[in-house]
Amino acid sequence: MKPISTTDRILLLLAALLSAFQVAVGVDGSGTLPILCYTIAFGVLLVACLLLIILGFEILDSSLVVIVSTIIPLSLSLGLVWEYLGNISWYYLAFTLLGFLAVILTRRFTSGRVAVIVIAAVHGIAGLAIFLLPILLSMQGITNPGFIFVGIGGALIGIGGLLLSFLKTGRPILSLNTILSLLPGLLLLMTTAFVVGFVLR
Amino acid sequence: MKTAEHLMRLPVHLFHEFRENYWPLLKSLQTALLLATGLAGFMSARCPILGWQVMLGVTGSLFFAISGSTVLNMWYDRDIDALMQRTCWRPLPSGKISPRAGLIFGLILSAIGITWAYQLSRLYGTIVFAGLFCDVVIYTLWLKRRTAWSIVWGGIAGGMPVLAGRALATGQIDWVGIALCLAVLFWIPTHILTFSMRNYQDYLAAGIPTFPSTYSFKFTQWTIAFSSIIAALMLGVAAYGIGLTWGYLRLMAVLTGGLIFLAGASLLNPSDKLNFGLFKYASLYMLSVMLILAAEAF
Repeated sequence: MKPISTTDRILLLLAALLSAFQVAVGVDGSGTLPILCYTIAFGVLLVACLLLIILGFEILDSSLVVIVSTIIPLSLSLGLVWEYLGNISWYYLAFTLLGFLAVILTRRFTSGRVAVIVIAAVHGIAGLAIFLLPILLSMQGITNPGFIFVGIGGALIGIGGLLLSFLKTGRPILSLNTILSLLPGLLLLMTTAFVVGFVLR
Repeated sequence: MKTAEHLMRLPVHLFHEFRENYWPLLKSLQTALLLATGLAGFMSARCPILGWQVMLGVTGSLFFAISGSTVLNMWYDRDIDALMQRTCWRPLPSGKISPRAGLIFGLILSAIGITWAYQLSRLYGTIVFAGLFCDVVIYTLWLKRRTAWSIVWGGIAGGMPVLAGRALATGQIDWVGIALCLAVLFWIPTHILTFSMRNYQDYLAAGIPTFPSTYSFKFTQWTIAFSSIIAALMLGVAAYGIGLTWGYLRLMAVLTGGLIFLAGASLLNPSDKLNFGLFKYASLYMLSVMLILAAEAF
């Protein structure tokens, strides 16, 4: 496995600091549940970056990576849906809980194929919500145009999450070394996009 | 001519000698971490900082006292350091500096630290002195070679800088200071026990009783998990007492979640890698939380 370089560590540290900033400042005007969701998303991102810095890419061997890489998009998308799509918020909460449970159970008890389908579905829906919702809200003038950056972050997290999840389920889209070379930069870009988007909202 | 040249080179030679042989005796990272706890304890009282002279005093006195106790610890433990692969290269066991020079260096640093601390405040000086006494006399000289539970005294000594910093700022020993001190005390096992598991053979070769050798790895892992939770709770209590804002509380909760997750994972699925991760994360956790407590002062 590719050893983690100093540049990788610097990129991850910057991503961790940005995540810590987002957790600390919160998101102005959000309710309790969205703030909780954003805290979980950026908190998991923060701890994941720190663990990558400390333990290197070997930590990606852990079976928990799939679960962790699912928590971030699910909680972030739930926060956004709860804030802006009040009429379907409870349905989306149910989807989040059931989807998360399905990822855990299929990883543990079923064959690789079923697990891949479930992960792709859960990541796909959550990723689309994070990608499309901020863009639509910005275009309709409900939020400031800067909120579009959250959508860009959503696209990046979708790419990163799928790359990692398919790698872990034994059906890699790119080679392991290519993914590891991209990962720190992708994490930093994604975190920056989210933080900028929420600040400019 | 030669004498003048020699004199001109002297400062460079002395600096090189200090950097190579004396600086490693200070364990700069450990000293910096304990210094950070002391400064955080001081700044947590939102004084705010009282001016640069006092800030310099706290920083200087704690730096000298912590460094002094570390050097005295290294001086006394030079025989067991020589038996361990990890430590045999250190300046004292490797003979780069004499034991006498090490002892004098440690005593001078300690004396400067304690004197400076008493000049700032009698209460502050007494707590700093208590920390040095616990570390050098009770932990190092008396208990370290006798019982694995010596780490409790090491923990108490480790908790003194934060208590001292807080006491200097408030003028008294308050319950927030005690909670912060207890947090460091319970954090110490996470730090030291993961380290003693990682260097199990070294400690065994030197005949130093540790939790893994006296009890078992499993018991040690349970102790780490338990003490991590207590340390986190104590920090939470202290943060509440300090009046930390929600944003910083959220950040602390996230970092604490990471610590408890790692301690739990290390318990359920033990491995050297995870153990090392917990050891590193515990240090990072303490430093981050102390920075958060200090940041609140601004």
